Amino acid sequence: MIHLSPWDLGLASLLVLLLAGMSWRLRLGVEGRVLIAAARSTLQLMLVGLVLKILFNQTSLPLIGLMALVMLSAAGFEVMQRQKRRYLGHWGYSIGVFSMFLSSFSVTLLALTVIIGVDPWYQPQYLIPLLGMLLGNTMSGVAIALDNLTRHAWESRGPIEARLLAGGTWEQAIEGVRRESLRSGLIPIVNAMGTAGLVSLPGMMTGQILAGGPPLEAAKYQLMIMFLIAAGTGLGSMAAVWIGSRRLFDERHRLRLDRLRVSEGSKPRPA
Amino acid sequence: MAGLRLEGIRHSLLEPVDLSLAPGGLVFLSGPSGSGKSLLLRAIADLDPNQGEVWLGAETRSAMAPALWRRRVGLLPAESAWWAETVGEHLPDPETGVAPDRSDVAHYLNHLGLGTEVLDWSIARLSTGERQRLALIRLLAQRPEALLLDEVTANLDPTNRRRVEGLIDDYRRNEEAPVLWVSHDPDQRARLGGRSFVIRGGRLEPEP
Repeated sequence: MIHLSPWDLGLASLLVLLLAGMSWRLRLGVEGRVLIAAARSTLQLMLVGLVLKILFNQTSLPLIGLMALVMLSAAGFEVMQRQKRRYLGHWGYSIGVFSMFLSSFSVTLLALTVIIGVDPWYQPQYLIPLLGMLLGNTMSGVAIALDNLTRHAWESRGPIEARLLAGGTWEQAIEGVRRESLRSGLIPIVNAMGTAGLVSLPGMMTGQILAGGPPLEAAKYQLMIMFLIAAGTGLGSMAAVWIGSRRLFDERHRLRLDRLRVSEGSKPRPA
Repeated sequence: MAGLRLEGIRHSLLEPVDLSLAPGGLVFLSGPSGSGKSLLLRAIADLDPNQGEVWLGAETRSAMAPALWRRRVGLLPAESAWWAETVGEHLPDPETGVAPDRSDVAHYLNHLGLGTEVLDWSIARLSTGERQRLALIRLLAQRPEALLLDEVTANLDPTNRRRVEGLIDDYRRNEEAPVLWVSHDPDQRARLGGRSFVIRGGRLEPEP
């Protein structure tokens, strides 16, 4: 494996600077965000590299648990940030965190104990990268599904209430919106599976090949990861959409859009 | 054959309302826009959070499942909303055991000057007036025991206004259903009779 020097990384970062420069020149207005995101990823990845180095030497369950918690809470925050109309109160945060916890952690655990058979199961070299990949993908799925759920519910207030008035339960009234938002959460991973190998070599496989691993071995790992991700994303989106849609109604089956944050510049229609 | 009785129904714009409608009773409600007429109807149908109790005959709203309550105390909003592709899909489903009798629907359609072929029409091609009339048929097909009507003739030409009024009046008499009707039209109130109330400054007052 060829080691990368800071100089090599500097060269690569020039490309990002170039992109930022172009954005400024073309008045795209994203140069600030590009630079901040690049700086964030530099800092975060360097830090996590250091942390993992320490973690790998110890194999201590409390430390690994702490790391997993940090990852989960960061993912929860990210999901919340991506909502146009987020839930008010703790729900804006906890729906995402709970559904990601439910899906990512259980699928990771399953992979470690049953599929790969790591001993001890919490060996950080396996646990952290697996959990990271699952969390990252589940996060996207959950964020998209929840965002679609709340936005569609907001826009379809008329039809939803019409179904309630026709003697429907809250579940019948939200059925269509729910199905639509779940589908949107699953589309990215389905697409990724469909084009894997043909168009793109997925990131994990690329990494393993670049690090000198045998390609077939890398492909097998990638395949497993993708199945895990599909299951995790599906489970996470379903949990999020179920809890989220339940939260949109109260015990008398009323549509409670007042439980969502009003986005800037618009007020709820006073009926 | 049940009356409708409001007991201290309250929402954000309105002081507690007590109102009693006999079986087959007709009450008109008017008031400036924004005074809370629609909100009152929504509160009775339990569509918005509200305080107070509503009685349908001897049964209370709080003791009834919300879906059943809304099926029995039918609210027709000023603006109809549709959730499926065609008109027919919106009519009560025989599987749920609610008003499977399509001959009723045919009768209603005929009464409002529409043919049964509209059931296959897509919602998108309906005019505002057609939507309004079909929304009434959709509501009556679920055989509500009380009617809450919110400016249901606002978008109709005089002919169709008379037809809709006639259909509602027939339903009220035949089913002895109490009707609470928000209407701005004094002529309409004069045509149909019944008691009139007006909302002034957040209070419900009888109108002579």
